[in-house]
Amino acid sequence: MQVNGAWQPTIVAFCCNWCSYAGADLTGTNRLAYPANVKIIRIPCSCRLNPLFILRAFGRGADGVILCGCHPGDCHYTTGNYYARRRMTLLFSMLDFLGIERERTRVEWVSAAEGAKFAAVMNDFVRQITVLGENKRLEDFRCK
Amino acid sequence: MQVKEKAIELLSSGKVSRVLGWKQGEFCYDLTPAVFESAEEVERSFVFSPLAGANLAKYLIAESRKEGVVAAFLKPCDSYSVLQLCKEHRIRRENVYLVGVPCEGTVDPDLLRENAKGLTAVREAGGTLVCDTLYGEKRVDLSAVLLERCKVCKSKKIVVFDELLGENGEENPQSTRFAAVEEIENLTPEERYAFWQKELSRCIRCNACRNVCPACSCETCVFDNAKLGTDNKAPASRFEEQYFHIIRAFHVAGRCTDCGECSRVCPQKIPLHLLNRKFIRDMNTLYGQYQAGADEESLPPMLDFRMDDCEPSAARGGKQA
Repeated sequence: MQVNGAWQPTIVAFCCNWCSYAGADLTGTNRLAYPANVKIIRIPCSCRLNPLFILRAFGRGADGVILCGCHPGDCHYTTGNYYARRRMTLLFSMLDFLGIERERTRVEWVSAAEGAKFAAVMNDFVRQITVLGENKRLEDFRCK
Repeated sequence: MQVKEKAIELLSSGKVSRVLGWKQGEFCYDLTPAVFESAEEVERSFVFSPLAGANLAKYLIAESRKEGVVAAFLKPCDSYSVLQLCKEHRIRRENVYLVGVPCEGTVDPDLLRENAKGLTAVREAGGTLVCDTLYGEKRVDLSAVLLERCKVCKSKKIVVFDELLGENGEENPQSTRFAAVEEIENLTPEERYAFWQKELSRCIRCNACRNVCPACSCETCVFDNAKLGTDNKAPASRFEEQYFHIIRAFHVAGRCTDCGECSRVCPQKIPLHLLNRKFIRDMNTLYGQYQAGADEESLPPMLDFRMDDCEPSAARGGKQA
């Protein structure tokens, strides 16, 4: 993303409806700052995240993708995030295997009470992606 | 020839109404799957040899839904695929009669043609392929022209059958099938990226790997959605694999029996099985040993979890920079 002629990272954050999305809300109510580069997409549960969504986000120009869900054991649907955890582990490993920078993807467990953690995670992730630079390897001209 | 005789016996005795096997394809080195409905038809065109590489498992999904019983010949690899499809309720087991055929490895037609230039006919004689070529007869050792999957064969055990021709084999825990995956893991991320860009940029998006895969059996495939925008080839300067191959391998993770059909049919010789093996290796190391299709009861790793599974931050696809 170009802002006033300078590159700024685009981050897509998939947040589960029950914990992390509410956590992001709390960040706002607490007046904690996190960068505007983060675009939040609400999903019903972290296990709703189809691996295609992540690749699609990268294809259309995201520089980093982060998944936030309830802490393991606290899933609103009891076990959803356990499945998400396995899927994301395999997907991230595969992306790394193909030589895509390992730091571009992340999973964090953020509860509805952790507004401060949400802000800290997003600040840290944006900093990390800014250092890493633009996503060239997974960008897809066909989808833009 | 034992296989052909069995096919004739099954059809003429009325035990089955159709036989799924192989017939001569367009070229002498190319055997293609076929359904035979009468003993005469089998007599005329049924062929079985080490060139019969095609896995018949996927055809059974449609064939087992038709009227009557269909017989199929299964090499050990194919039997894993069939059992996996039975486990997923894709094959109607009561409508199929499975005949296990021991296998000494299947031939890579390209390697065979390199070894016997001007090939016009092939026949097998006890571990040797006798090739008629334009330049006279040539004998080629079967072990010299095996497909990659057969060189590192994981198992010669036929896991599901109603009848067995010959002796059942054993699993091969010494198989070195993950060696190539480890080799790539030991490269730096830049080298890995260069490797896969070189390999995958050859992809012409013919979808042969998807169409042949016994595990890829959805009736509607996500890649048939033209709105996705990725159904054609990526520009030459870009990484082909933003989607297709990652998702293709991901969708069969935990169900892929490592039969190696994807690489066998790839017209561009892309080592696609390495992506599947990477997933298999990861699941084995992170979630415990699992072989898809080895039995009908065990829970596949992607439908299971443990409270103390590792976090995604621990995921490593290879050596870090």
